[in-house]
Amino acid sequence: MPKIHIPTPLRQYAGKLPAVDVKAGTIGDALSDLVAQHPDLRRHLYTDDGKLRAFVNVYLNDEDVRYLQKDATAVKDGDSISIVPSIAGGRN
Amino acid sequence: MLKIPQSAYTSLRQHGEETYPHECCGVLLGQMDDNGVRIVTSVARAGNTRTDSAHNRYNIDPKDLIRIQREGRGRGEDIIGFYHSHPDHPAQWSSTDLAEAHWFGCSYVITSVERGKAVLTNSFELTGNDENDKKLVAEKIEVG
Repeated sequence: MPKIHIPTPLRQYAGKLPAVDVKAGTIGDALSDLVAQHPDLRRHLYTDDGKLRAFVNVYLNDEDVRYLQKDATAVKDGDSISIVPSIAGGRN
Repeated sequence: MLKIPQSAYTSLRQHGEETYPHECCGVLLGQMDDNGVRIVTSVARAGNTRTDSAHNRYNIDPKDLIRIQREGRGRGEDIIGFYHSHPDHPAQWSSTDLAEAHWFGCSYVITSVERGKAVLTNSFELTGNDENDKKLVAEKIEVG
């Protein structure tokens, strides 16, 4: 099964697990299975209208899924999916 | 609280001097102990993708983060924080720093670099439950 790596700040909502195996054929399915297994993750990953939050980056192996087929990107056993919240800032 | 070896502390301050007058950025790796203290065991420099405004903005490429995270995992390390510099500006978080902070429970370390020299380094923990109540709270840095 594909595996989703959970970033440090979200592990408390995923049973303190660093990674979760998901049953999925696409990225969209993988994220749906993830929040089905761990519902507390939903509000941290999605807005109230069900869209992935802008600062949440999703990578399939080393590729940003925004530049692949987004939610429709196919995944297979052994694939590594990473959720990576943005790191940015700067002085005013 | 953040505990960091002298070598790592010196390295992140030096990074800010090297990139001056632009902001530097990087990742703190280590573990959190049972008391919630973040213990740094290594520091990974990152590139600043905000080449359009590097004097007052930084952004770490998520692809860099994934590589750093994967390499850290191999050493038994987690991402526990991040650092960046403020050229000719106080070592205090800005409204931009807070708006762009999403790694709850991690340390955000900021170094003021004045005329090319690292001056003050402060650390802030991102606290809160979600985007609506998040705060950057000053925390003690123990170096050594």
